[in-house]
Amino acid sequence: MNTFTFSQATGVAAAVQDNAAHDGAAYLGGGTNLIDLMKENVARPTHLIGLKKLGLDAIENLPDGGLRLGALATNADTAYHPEVEKRYPLLNQAILAGASPQLRNMATDGGNLMQRTRCYYFYDLATPCNKREPGSGCSAIGGYTRVHAILGASEHCIATHPSDMCVALAALDTTVHVSGPNGERTIKFEDFHRLPGDQPERDNTLEPGELITGLDLPAKGFAQNFSYLKLRDRTSYAFALVSVAAALELDGNIIKDARLALGGVAHKPWRDKEAEALLIGQPATADTFRAAAAKVLAGAKGQGTNNFKIELAKRAIVRALKQATEMNQALDANAFQNSNP
Amino acid sequence: MSQVTQVPLGRAPVAPAPTQPVSLNINGQAHTLHIAPWTTLLDALREYLDLTGTKKGCDHGQCGACTVLVDGKRINSCLSLAVTHEDSRIQTIEGLGTEDKLSPLQQAFIDHDAFQCGYCTPGQICSAQGLINEGKAKNEAEVRELMSGNVCRCGAYPNILSAVMEVMQNEGLIMEDKAWSAGATEPEIAPVEPPKK
Repeated sequence: MNTFTFSQATGVAAAVQDNAAHDGAAYLGGGTNLIDLMKENVARPTHLIGLKKLGLDAIENLPDGGLRLGALATNADTAYHPEVEKRYPLLNQAILAGASPQLRNMATDGGNLMQRTRCYYFYDLATPCNKREPGSGCSAIGGYTRVHAILGASEHCIATHPSDMCVALAALDTTVHVSGPNGERTIKFEDFHRLPGDQPERDNTLEPGELITGLDLPAKGFAQNFSYLKLRDRTSYAFALVSVAAALELDGNIIKDARLALGGVAHKPWRDKEAEALLIGQPATADTFRAAAAKVLAGAKGQGTNNFKIELAKRAIVRALKQATEMNQALDANAFQNSNP
Repeated sequence: MSQVTQVPLGRAPVAPAPTQPVSLNINGQAHTLHIAPWTTLLDALREYLDLTGTKKGCDHGQCGACTVLVDGKRINSCLSLAVTHEDSRIQTIEGLGTEDKLSPLQQAFIDHDAFQCGYCTPGQICSAQGLINEGKAKNEAEVRELMSGNVCRCGAYPNILSAVMEVMQNEGLIMEDKAWSAGATEPEIAPVEPPKK
């Protein structure tokens, strides 16, 4: 780890000011990813700004029926919050599908958005990586690509965003509140993370020094018909090969509204509104689900050792939509984990 | 008040690092350390306070050997900077019981033979205490899932599970009507038949 100075910020404005005053400063939330990256020498901040005393850890109802998650609320407190369990169970499931209880007790909601890819080559200082060192090349292309992208990748980077929580936040149309040197602004979730293009060093659209202060969930939580299906190399405590957040609003067997987002397949949580449009107005049947799945993966491109993820993603979408549909027809939600597509 | 060692116990650094004072409340005792900001809570415990019950396994938040309780919640102390814990109540394996009176989990781990090399055990026990504090696990499957942040390379999982289940059952936290004792868990997968010649 490189040496750095540390200060505990006492307010958002002070934190932003402290950041501007130091070249190479970074905000420290739960630290579960940043401290690890620092130990690996992938991240080398010169100054850390502790955020613990900012408050910003409340989870509160909004006047419009939505819910605000403070940026410093922990992933565990968010998943188990009564309003999240009751109104946004998709978010509860997605958070609990990720990491371990210890990490969820530390990791913050804002930090979850800011975590970096788990691409092996990004972590390995001995290999070129355009995300870590722009212009040095991509070692993943032509390498071992099990955790890499099949959608939206570029010739410069095929890394994936590792979050489960963010897949649910994308499906739920979350708004991100940020504060920075130029004041406050909001960012739509779909515009927060970006595709690699020719600037893979940029994971998101935050400007230098900007700090996430909160996440707003809209009133509509799809609590009746939803599924977060995560497929991985072991049944717990592993990153997704493919994950699917599926949410439906049903009128009998007809789909009135639909949300579909994937994790583990792209540089950002992959929401497909055109596939959602193919679901809306249609009966909730396997044929409908297969058409949506085909649409999502229409432009997919494997990298060799991850080609299997294209078919895996299609089947995962169909299964997740089936699980979401059948939810209110069964007594035990756990039964769906074992149902066949 | 225990004696506080103000220098690392190992080899002296080449050049003294810039330090800052940090007040930590550990197992009910107040300690003031002068440490560099990059000192993790794990290193503060082991290298500055001689509290070596907390183990350094992977040092990357993957194995759970460094698990301690902060304000009653389990965390990986290897991924947490000590300077961020000024106002926290920290509990380590040394603070869970005494040699004369072990905590229920400590006693259950002995009764169920829930360790072999023992290196992961302090983390397992602190994690299980966190699990009990959280109150989310109600059956065996949930205990297994919510203990997945603690790796045991000896593979003592069945006995760790039965030790945790016994304590939870004794505290009325488990709803299943099942007698839990060492080795009582039913294997989920049928034993593999040896290949026929």
